Amino acid sequence: MLHSFIVDSFANRRHIIRFIIILIGLVYIVKLFVIQVVDSTYKLTASSNVLRYVTQFPARGLIYDREGKLLVYNEAAYDLMVIPRQLEPFDTTEFCQILDITKEYVDEALRRAKEFSVYNSSIFLKQVSSKTYANLQEKLYKYPGFFVQARTLRKYTLENGAHLLGYVGEVNNKIIESNEYYKSGDYIGVSGIEQSYEEYLRGQKGVNVYLVDVHNRIQGSYANGRLDRKAKVGSNIISTIDSDLQAYGEKLMRNKIGSIVAIEPSTGEILALVSSPTYNPELLVGRIRTKNYVTLMSDTLKPLFNRALMAQYPPGSTFKVVNALIGMQEKTLFPYTKYECVGAYYSRGLRVGCHFHRSPLNLIESIQMSCNTYYCNVFRSILDNKKYPSIRESFDKWREYIMSFGFGQYLNSDFGNELKGLVPTKQTYDRIYGENGWRSLTLISMAIGQGELGTTPLQMANMTAAIANRGYYYTPHVVEEIEGDFDLDERFYQKNYTKIDSNYFEIVIEGMDLAVNGEPGSGSTARSAQIPEITVCGKTGTAENPHGKDHSIFIAFAPKKNPKIAIAVYIENGGFGSTWAAPTAKLMIEEYLNDSISVPWWEEYVLNAEINYNAETSKHME
Amino acid sequence: MQRRVNIWSNIDWLTVAMYLVLVFLGWINIYAAVYNEDHHSIFDFSQRYGKQLIWIAAALVIAFIVFIIDINFYSYFAYIVYGLMIFLLIAVLIFGKEVHGAKSWFEIGRFRIQPAEFAKIATALVLARYLSSYNVQINTLKSYLRVAAIILIPSLLILLQNDTGSALVYFVFILVLYREGISESILLLGLFVVILFILALVLEKLIIIFLSIAIVFIIFWFLNRRLKNVGIGIGILFLTSAVLYGINEVLSMGLSYYYIILAALGISGLVYTILAIRYKIKNVALLLVFLIGSVLLTYSVDHVFNNFLEPHQQKRINVVLGLESDPYGVEYNVNQSKIAIGSGGLYGKGFLRGTQTKFDFVPEQSTDFIFCTIGEEWGFMGTFFVVSLFVFFLYRLIGIAERQRSPFSRIYGYGVVSVLFFHIVINIGMTIGLVPVIGIPLPFFSYGGSSLWAFTILLFIFLRLDASRLELLK
Repeated sequence: MLHSFIVDSFANRRHIIRFIIILIGLVYIVKLFVIQVVDSTYKLTASSNVLRYVTQFPARGLIYDREGKLLVYNEAAYDLMVIPRQLEPFDTTEFCQILDITKEYVDEALRRAKEFSVYNSSIFLKQVSSKTYANLQEKLYKYPGFFVQARTLRKYTLENGAHLLGYVGEVNNKIIESNEYYKSGDYIGVSGIEQSYEEYLRGQKGVNVYLVDVHNRIQGSYANGRLDRKAKVGSNIISTIDSDLQAYGEKLMRNKIGSIVAIEPSTGEILALVSSPTYNPELLVGRIRTKNYVTLMSDTLKPLFNRALMAQYPPGSTFKVVNALIGMQEKTLFPYTKYECVGAYYSRGLRVGCHFHRSPLNLIESIQMSCNTYYCNVFRSILDNKKYPSIRESFDKWREYIMSFGFGQYLNSDFGNELKGLVPTKQTYDRIYGENGWRSLTLISMAIGQGELGTTPLQMANMTAAIANRGYYYTPHVVEEIEGDFDLDERFYQKNYTKIDSNYFEIVIEGMDLAVNGEPGSGSTARSAQIPEITVCGKTGTAENPHGKDHSIFIAFAPKKNPKIAIAVYIENGGFGSTWAAPTAKLMIEEYLNDSISVPWWEEYVLNAEINYNAETSKHME
Repeated sequence: MQRRVNIWSNIDWLTVAMYLVLVFLGWINIYAAVYNEDHHSIFDFSQRYGKQLIWIAAALVIAFIVFIIDINFYSYFAYIVYGLMIFLLIAVLIFGKEVHGAKSWFEIGRFRIQPAEFAKIATALVLARYLSSYNVQINTLKSYLRVAAIILIPSLLILLQNDTGSALVYFVFILVLYREGISESILLLGLFVVILFILALVLEKLIIIFLSIAIVFIIFWFLNRRLKNVGIGIGILFLTSAVLYGINEVLSMGLSYYYIILAALGISGLVYTILAIRYKIKNVALLLVFLIGSVLLTYSVDHVFNNFLEPHQQKRINVVLGLESDPYGVEYNVNQSKIAIGSGGLYGKGFLRGTQTKFDFVPEQSTDFIFCTIGEEWGFMGTFFVVSLFVFFLYRLIGIAERQRSPFSRIYGYGVVSVLFFHIVINIGMTIGLVPVIGIPLPFFSYGGSSLWAFTILLFIFLRLDASRLELLK
């Protein structure tokens, strides 16, 4: 074979190849010797040494009121964690003693932890107090596999504003699956400001990587903290709440069911938001939370239910103001228009009752005395306007005006759980009466704010703010400022205009002024809301309640020029608006504007109100 | 002129024994890596160590089959096998199943097969066949092109499967070419390109151009030994640079130093050429080409790096070069791997006592990072033994290759050595942070049927050739 005898002149190169292989082998062995024997960074002395990842939970942002008074802060708490794989037999008796738990609890908790993961840490005991923690820490070395993770718990400076502030709860599985930020055992804002501003308040979790020895003691930071990530503290939030006013409102409502919403008209900032009955926010913090939550949930008066945002009532006579505005805008009603009232409105066998007052009345007087007959006429003139081919068009137009006040839709405040309320559509009536089966008379109860209408106290306060502003409102919101470089949502800085011209508001405001400040005997319906030296403009209302006594409603703003506060008060089963709601609103306005009450008798009167509630009468539209 | 020889008595049993030891060590480490208190039986076939046992048994059967096939089959059918492999590599691109982002698996029932593992064998065979043909002169353009085609076609197809690691393996055949006499200048050029590529990633362009200029003048001095010429060259370059710098400043054109130097180099280059022709100075043209080449290369590096590499590959390279820190991604894996190996200490934590590898800290513990388990449980004694065993194994294979009488067997033997060498260097290197993370298995150790079978076939074809070496009379 010829080719096997070809001179292999490159045979020497085998040495170079061998040299390369041996060289690299030596380099690797040296490197291995360094990391395995010489370098102690990698060398963990004993067999079960591992890195421990300790999550750093940032302090949640604080919440202040509009005066800068602290409302919500944090307190340290400690979760005892366990890694089942690292457990070694330990003295259960002493362990239980330190933690004040039973042996059964230990067994059960360990079983659950093992089920979750043998290698990963899970919570063994939640929210150990600082004192227990101090005790435990000295002895923790006896319990390999256990370690402590610091967390914070919410603390409240006042007992007020539970609904506003909301509460913080543990994340559920659904959240863990959909949002990778949250891990089992983390906390998240569940309602109120805590929920709406969760992303700002929570900050950003960090992680510290530690080396741990066989005795479960942290030996120091791993790799000089190169793998650590610092936690970012949550942003503080300054809310728009006036905590004094809030506390006063809750005090006034203590023996009543209902709500108060007060808004600063020039900004849309919510000054107070009371839902009664309420609860102490402390009840929903810490280990007592679950128990208290169940108790609160089963309370028939529903203290967890935020009536200010979620209860829907008919607006009652307060709605006359809106119908008056629409009439004027549609040119079917003029300030000088007068209607006769004979104690009731009659038409084709239908009767809408009214109370006794002089007659006939003009527009301003009709608001002052809250004449039902007048508004039946106004409402029919709007719906039977010849400008429109049929009631279907005029009704749509009417509805459009109503919606422009924020009714029948989410106001888009920064609360996550507000309700839309109800404003019927023509389809609603088509369904009930057939397409041509309804006329203005069919809808007559809406003339005086009854019937198919449903509005929330927040929406009513917002409407009042729109009147106070003579035609526009700012979307109500409860947060004034987020600390750090964050802006509030654009929508809170934008004016929302109603579809009513500004000059028409002056006329209804005259009526609201007279309703409160009319001479004695003039027939003014809301004289119980008078405040010396301040011109309060208001309107009473009474929401029909098929389940019991009617609900007492009052809307008002003050002062008349440059209004500082717009308020809506609902007192369930309180009867006429003037009886309980008007004096309550008056006290709130006085407290806010003057910081003192001029006639203490009124405060006594409201505080000592005895309204009979039982489960049946307090039902409302939900 | 062949004679019959009893192949069984001529098998290199030492190599076979080393092979068995490596496979056995691999298997017990896979067992340790996936060890779980809930599965006690070593023969639990639902677990990886159970399955690996099946792969090993099958590998031994395959080794036997390789042995009973006639020796001439491997050289005669090399091209056909190679063609078949190319076909399979194309087919897997179309019909393959994607696993971890790489479309490189055929799925047949419950089994998955990775053709890329077997393509190495075919490439080694064809390379051996081509280079051992009578009329092949390795240092001709024709040979360069053919060899490049043989190596690069499968490599590119594997690259298309998105399996960069396996594609890179093919570059190791350079070692075979080196042994078979490829010109050193070609290798130096290749080495230079690689070094320049790395430098271009790490250093500023300006520094690289200065370095290149310095190197060129040094080489020039070596070749001509005339200090005067070097001085004149540097003087010209310095002068033009200064003039251009002055112009740039006066007209405030705002050019960066890099472009000034580049322009100066262009002008000086012309002057050099004229002078070189006038005074008949040698090698100037070559050096200028070298300079232009390196400038172009530094330019292309950014382009190649940014456009041809995936972000995770860029990251791996950056992490190894220390340009980027990524403690939660690549660096995390390498760190965990180093901790696992480092925590083993001198004697290791003992069999099944490893914690790092079992706590899921280390990724791919039974496949690409199997070396961590060795390091953790057997300590430096274990890693020293394994690395030494591999070195000795390769040393031995080179010895076997060199004793072959037919160039085909020898070249194929170097192919085997090269492929194994590359896998070992990259795999172990990545677990100790010396090379970028490239996902290729550790021969005979890593879990997986395809790679074990492929390495077995690769090795045993060579042992088969060796067993018959005496049939060929000298």
